[in-house]
Amino acid sequence: MTAVAAAPAGEAPRDRFRAWRRLRRRKAAMVGLAVFAAFILLALAAPWVAPYDPLKTNFLLVRKPPSGLHWFGTDEIGRDVLSRVLWGARASLLAGVVSVTIAVAIGVPLGLLSGYARGWVDGLLMRVTDGLLACPGLILAIAMAAFLGPSLTNAMIAIGITAMPVFIRLTRGQVLAVTVEDYVEAARALGNPPMRIALRHVLPNILPPILVQATLAMAAAILAEAALSFLGLGQQPPAPSWGSMLNVARNFIGQAPWMSWWPGLAIVAVVLSLNLLGDGLRDAFDPKED
Amino acid sequence: MGSLPAYIARRLLVALPTLLVVSFIVFGLQLLLPGDPALLLAGEDRDPEVIAYMRRLYRLDEPIWVQYGDWVLRVVQGDLGESIRLKESVGSLIGAKLWVTAELAVLSMLWAVAIGIPAGILSAVKRDTIWDWSASAVGLAGLSIPNFWLGIMLILFFSVELGWLPASGYVSPWEDPLGNLAALAMPSFVLGSGVAAVLMRHTRSAMLTVLNADYIRTARAKGLAEKRVVRRHALRNALVPVVTLGAIQLGELLGGAVLTEQVFSIPGFGKLIVDAVFNRDYAVVQGVVLVTALAFILLNLVADLIYFLVNPRMRG
Repeated sequence: MTAVAAAPAGEAPRDRFRAWRRLRRRKAAMVGLAVFAAFILLALAAPWVAPYDPLKTNFLLVRKPPSGLHWFGTDEIGRDVLSRVLWGARASLLAGVVSVTIAVAIGVPLGLLSGYARGWVDGLLMRVTDGLLACPGLILAIAMAAFLGPSLTNAMIAIGITAMPVFIRLTRGQVLAVTVEDYVEAARALGNPPMRIALRHVLPNILPPILVQATLAMAAAILAEAALSFLGLGQQPPAPSWGSMLNVARNFIGQAPWMSWWPGLAIVAVVLSLNLLGDGLRDAFDPKED
Repeated sequence: MGSLPAYIARRLLVALPTLLVVSFIVFGLQLLLPGDPALLLAGEDRDPEVIAYMRRLYRLDEPIWVQYGDWVLRVVQGDLGESIRLKESVGSLIGAKLWVTAELAVLSMLWAVAIGIPAGILSAVKRDTIWDWSASAVGLAGLSIPNFWLGIMLILFFSVELGWLPASGYVSPWEDPLGNLAALAMPSFVLGSGVAAVLMRHTRSAMLTVLNADYIRTARAKGLAEKRVVRRHALRNALVPVVTLGAIQLGELLGGAVLTEQVFSIPGFGKLIVDAVFNRDYAVVQGVVLVTALAFILLNLVADLIYFLVNPRMRG
């Protein structure tokens, strides 16, 4: 390796620290990060922090409003709503992480291939992306979940696949922009094989926009999982998830409105925190912000 | 860029491969079915005759490309198959429900434009003031609140607490126009709120870009009143990308409508697909995906045409 080709790789860590320093100055983004981290901790600690068993029914405590014993009230079969919201965080966060991982793990390599290979491979992949983007995400996810059968796993697969085309497009666009840069030209002139150039020089430089997109996509994926569970196509009862809790709660809207307050507020808090973090990351990585 | 007809022709040509991929996706859905498709396509019906009929109808014993070719031929002739549950053609089922969803989508778009664009302009013109911050905060909330939950909360407030608006149901506009608007007021607001947020954010950033452009500085230097600068010069240019975005968002509304219709029990095609999913009425599910994708492609085409028409730089 020569100094020319190694330069961008050596610069990357310093860049990342600068981005982190800039992110830290953005209050809204830091609040987002803190709220999201808090939800992850609560989800992991659910067995210890939840006051009751989320599946334990109690027919003496049906639809009791919030009280000292049950802070968030109880549901239509006497289960503790707070405990169900805490356990439900697991389904939502898992869906966010797994679907975005699927989307990134397939989308980014395909985008690299498309932008790097050009020619008919690029043309083919772009047409496939166009076709996937033409089907509204939620409708396609509903259809896939319907054909695969309703379960949290299938919902995550369906959401991951519908989120994938954005990553193919984004990665390809970034690759096209980066490959004309001098350091990539230099690496090529030095005889580095294409694969090595793609992984060592192109990939590190296109990571920031992918990270931003992944954060925003996770917000969208959590919303999508809640939507599918709300329709009965995600997490299956009696296992708790915020979407399926809302699905039941709307039948008791007149008698027990607290059943629909808390799961909804939890979704809003997590999605908002990710959107704030994503916006903040975008600004922090933007060189024009200096 | 040439004349309008040439432009339309070129765009149609580009849409063809997209259509082909969409057809693969919609047909491919049935390959996801676990187990014997004939058994599943027959639904609850375990009658061997029905199963054999399904096998013949979809030519399930033939190779996959023959099945696909068959399916495409039928779809091109407007035959989307038959609902195994409702015993009606999928095309006429969707046709009957499409207008309800279309009305809901158009009303939602009105809310979105009426809220999103003025909020975006205000936010940009009064940048870094309390107006800008509140508009941005509302915009972020619009993106983060699930519309089915917003719907439940509005029902709780306006129907259960105040009793002002019906909690669910649909009335045809031909029978009772006012009742129709009352029934759709909340659902269209709920569905439009997400789009309003998107439009607000884009209007804001487009306005900020335009307000920093040279010709705006010139207009200001000429001594034009700020209101006139914003209205006559900035707005016209900033709205070009927003208009095309609006057309694309109308397609997204079709997806969001599924949830809104479910919450408010509106018999549109969103409700059709959800009911079909639980009745394992696969032909209806495929039909709805196909029709929404076609609508989306069409709206994109319209968006491009609007862009072509309102943007003089596109014409040579």
